[in-house]
Amino acid sequence: MKSLLFSLLLLLAIPAWAGEAVSVGEDPVIEQRMVNLAEELRCLVCQNESLAGSHAELAEDLRREIRVQMKAGKNDKEVIEYLTTRYGDFVLYRPPFKPLTYLLWLGPLLFLAIGGSAWYATLKKRRAQKDSPVDEKQIAAAAQLLDEKQ
Amino acid sequence: MKRWLPLVVFAVLVGFFAKGLFLNPREVPSPFIGKPAPAFSLPVVGNPGAAFSPADMKGKVWLLNVWAPWCVSCRQEHGVLMELSRNQPVPIVGLNWKDKEREAEQLLAQHGSPYLAVPDDLTGKVGIDYGVTGTPETYVIDKAGIIRMKQVGPISPEVWKEKFEPKLKELGA
Amino acid sequence: MIPELGHFALIVALLLALTQAILPLYGAQRGNLTLMSVARPAAQGQFVFVAIAFGCLAYSFLTNDFSVENVARNSFSQLPEIYRFTATWGSHEGSMLLWALILGFWTTAVSVFSRHLPDDMVARVIGIMGLISSGFLAFLLTTSNPFLRLLPAAADGRDMNPLLQDPGMVIHPPMLYMGYVGFSVAFAFAIAALLSGRLDAAWARWSRPWTTVAWAFLTFGIGLGSWWAYNELGWGGWWFWDPTENASFMPWLAGTALIHSLAVTEKRGAFKAWTVLLALTAFSLSLLGTFLVRSGVLSSVHAFATDPARGAFILGFLVVVIGGSLALFAWRAPKMLTGGRFTWFSREALLLSNNVVLLAALGTVLLGTLYPLLLDALGMGKISVGAPYFNAVFVPVIAPALFLMGIGPLARWKEASLPDMVARLKWALAISVATGLLLPLTLKGFNPWATLGFTLSVWIALTVLIGFRERLKHGGRLNSLPRGFWGMQLAHLGMAWGVAGITLVANYQQEHDVRMNVGDHTQLAGYTFTFQGTTERPGPNYRAARGTVEVSQNGKKLFVLHPEKRIYNASGMPMTEAAINYNFFRDIYVALGEPLDDQATTWVVRIFHKPFINWLWIGALFMAIGGFLAASDRRYRIAVKALVPGNTAVQGA
Repeated sequence: MKSLLFSLLLLLAIPAWAGEAVSVGEDPVIEQRMVNLAEELRCLVCQNESLAGSHAELAEDLRREIRVQMKAGKNDKEVIEYLTTRYGDFVLYRPPFKPLTYLLWLGPLLFLAIGGSAWYATLKKRRAQKDSPVDEKQIAAAAQLLDEKQ
Repeated sequence: MKRWLPLVVFAVLVGFFAKGLFLNPREVPSPFIGKPAPAFSLPVVGNPGAAFSPADMKGKVWLLNVWAPWCVSCRQEHGVLMELSRNQPVPIVGLNWKDKEREAEQLLAQHGSPYLAVPDDLTGKVGIDYGVTGTPETYVIDKAGIIRMKQVGPISPEVWKEKFEPKLKELGA
Repeated sequence: MIPELGHFALIVALLLALTQAILPLYGAQRGNLTLMSVARPAAQGQFVFVAIAFGCLAYSFLTNDFSVENVARNSFSQLPEIYRFTATWGSHEGSMLLWALILGFWTTAVSVFSRHLPDDMVARVIGIMGLISSGFLAFLLTTSNPFLRLLPAAADGRDMNPLLQDPGMVIHPPMLYMGYVGFSVAFAFAIAALLSGRLDAAWARWSRPWTTVAWAFLTFGIGLGSWWAYNELGWGGWWFWDPTENASFMPWLAGTALIHSLAVTEKRGAFKAWTVLLALTAFSLSLLGTFLVRSGVLSSVHAFATDPARGAFILGFLVVVIGGSLALFAWRAPKMLTGGRFTWFSREALLLSNNVVLLAALGTVLLGTLYPLLLDALGMGKISVGAPYFNAVFVPVIAPALFLMGIGPLARWKEASLPDMVARLKWALAISVATGLLLPLTLKGFNPWATLGFTLSVWIALTVLIGFRERLKHGGRLNSLPRGFWGMQLAHLGMAWGVAGITLVANYQQEHDVRMNVGDHTQLAGYTFTFQGTTERPGPNYRAARGTVEVSQNGKKLFVLHPEKRIYNASGMPMTEAAINYNFFRDIYVALGEPLDDQATTWVVRIFHKPFINWLWIGALFMAIGGFLAASDRRYRIAVKALVPGNTAVQGA
């Protein structure tokens, strides 16, 4: 009975064992880390593609190199350092935060701040403004002229 | 005054664009300029048992030319390098990059070799250590083993005259 | 013979464009009706001749005339007929000709649908468009002539870029250009208003439908471009923040700000200078995009073959058109505060904040796109700014606009009541926040980005429903609501839909890269994928290895996918042709990577499960439909009849 069960299990297991496809990188955890990292890196020989998406030979070599480094126990920061000492910051799609890129990273905040203060200044003026009867009349006249229904 | 602001911003951008027309966004400077040439030791093509290491070149100004037998523009460059190897006193080392078909030895025997030595980088690992993105690329390395210049793309007689000659003179080659 | 005819037609078109620009503009300034009346026939004639030139080029492509250099470079005898036709605009030269053709089309449309406008306005608008046309036609003739002959003729062509051989590419460029070039109408109206000094509500009313239609085309075009990238590039992405994509996205953001600010200018007479500036900006950004993509100053996946002479010409053209219009703006824009009073919580104030946020988002995209160029030009080194940067900064910047989208349409003009608004929207807010917090917990655990996305999406959708309910409560019937209202609500609903799709696919997609031998199987997202090997399959102009992947679920066979790896005959370029099974809730996307052995029995196979990705394009489609619907509102057509007597009265005076 036991042996029957065992061979049954074996039978069930065989197809899965015979044909289970393997991940491209042998270790799925490292593979996931590699893909996540490679998405943030530039393929140097392509026009504008990430290392993760590129089929270029150099991209494949570098992906392999990243796997090797990760397997050797290096963390993401060390792998990035490995690449930037060789290829420079150009390889990073997420530029590091340093004096040269302050404007890049803080620019969006700056734009919101400028826009916000312009908004505030406009609103202050508008609230203080008197409703000009001439303007209202013009709007009404224009609306009538244009057969405004609302 | 506020109404002139858009025009001012646009004028500044035009200045950058005009400058940008004369720049090549693909030309990336090497981070190795001013840094020591990474060490390696590789077997030498056509000389079984021998090994080449950049340390062997201490005290000389030399060129490290990264090339490959499958690379089309390297063939153009080959002629220029042959000419140089006859006339110039600078030794050229030819890193044979990712020659999976093993053609380098035969090719050099057939067309002549401008190289002092041809280290064999079959896996491309040394190329990666030097930040190579494609062939041909050429590094100028000084007497102390520091990388002084990098040329991406083939060396033409004009490039040699404009970029290499002054640099080599400066380094005392 | 035919290419020479096309070349000749292009020269005639340039002469007509110059006539169309100079005479009416001069006439309008002098009040000379005869000169002004040249505008319409010159514009229509110019369109006819550009169309003839375009037809000649298309004919050369369709008949494989490889004695024409452009055909030899961009087509191939084995290319299927439909792609031989689309190859007409596949090259730099051809796409510029398409641009000129569409500009002619828009100008002709203006000349036909402007019977109710004052003559000097029409003359100026058509004249400005003629000026732009002259620039593009001169550009074509001097640096980018598509009709140049090749002597001796090539035996065969070098083939169209395989990336462009996709059904999405058949209509994507025409739609996109309809959008870009469509903004030239709003631009020309703005310049005409500045020249004549008549920046009134009528001007805003005339500009509005044109702007909305152009915006709708651009929305549709961008959506198609993203769809094409998803299908063709083989890595499953749908937006990469590439400079080319950003070049189309920036005019879209400016155009979105413009249609909202035009609403205020039309209804309340306020923000006139600002609206004019936005109209100038939207088209300027379209032109800027052309420069960025064609001059080689930025490196992009889709860049055209670049040439410094072309870059210099376009830059000069930008200086004339953009610089000239901004100088005119600085000189002639109204200096007075226009329009009436409004408080900090009113529809005006909310639409203004929408504009502030959209412009900050636009500035962000522009900054990220140009930053590598700025640093390089200053000699401060080379950096890359890519998707990780844009995703990190763009989402927080644009999020407030999505939140305001829920309130704006429900607020009153001039002064709205905050307590009243809170009472009307508290349930919508509560439900959307609750969905945002709880939905991720049922999926894969707490995730702040998913919470943000779900909350905003549900919020917009609920407020759209509230908008309908309130209109109906006040005695309206669904079929009597104006199309302008329907259009706005559909577009907003499209945004909610798209945001939901983006949130789901960005946070919950699954990917699996595996090596598969014949008979191997693997699992992803509850589906089983079995690889049944590849067969050789010759295509019209390529050879393909066609894979067969059977997909099953719980032991039941569902469907078979055939991803292909193609080698194109003429260029030798390899291409990955993904196979996708679409449905409303998810896509299953299978792409073949590299063969791993010489017999090509083992392959790298890339499998994606993309939940709800189609919602993204459904959302874009809704936005575009909303735009077309709003532009077809009765008000714009009634105005035609009502204004005709007024028009003659003005002239009589």
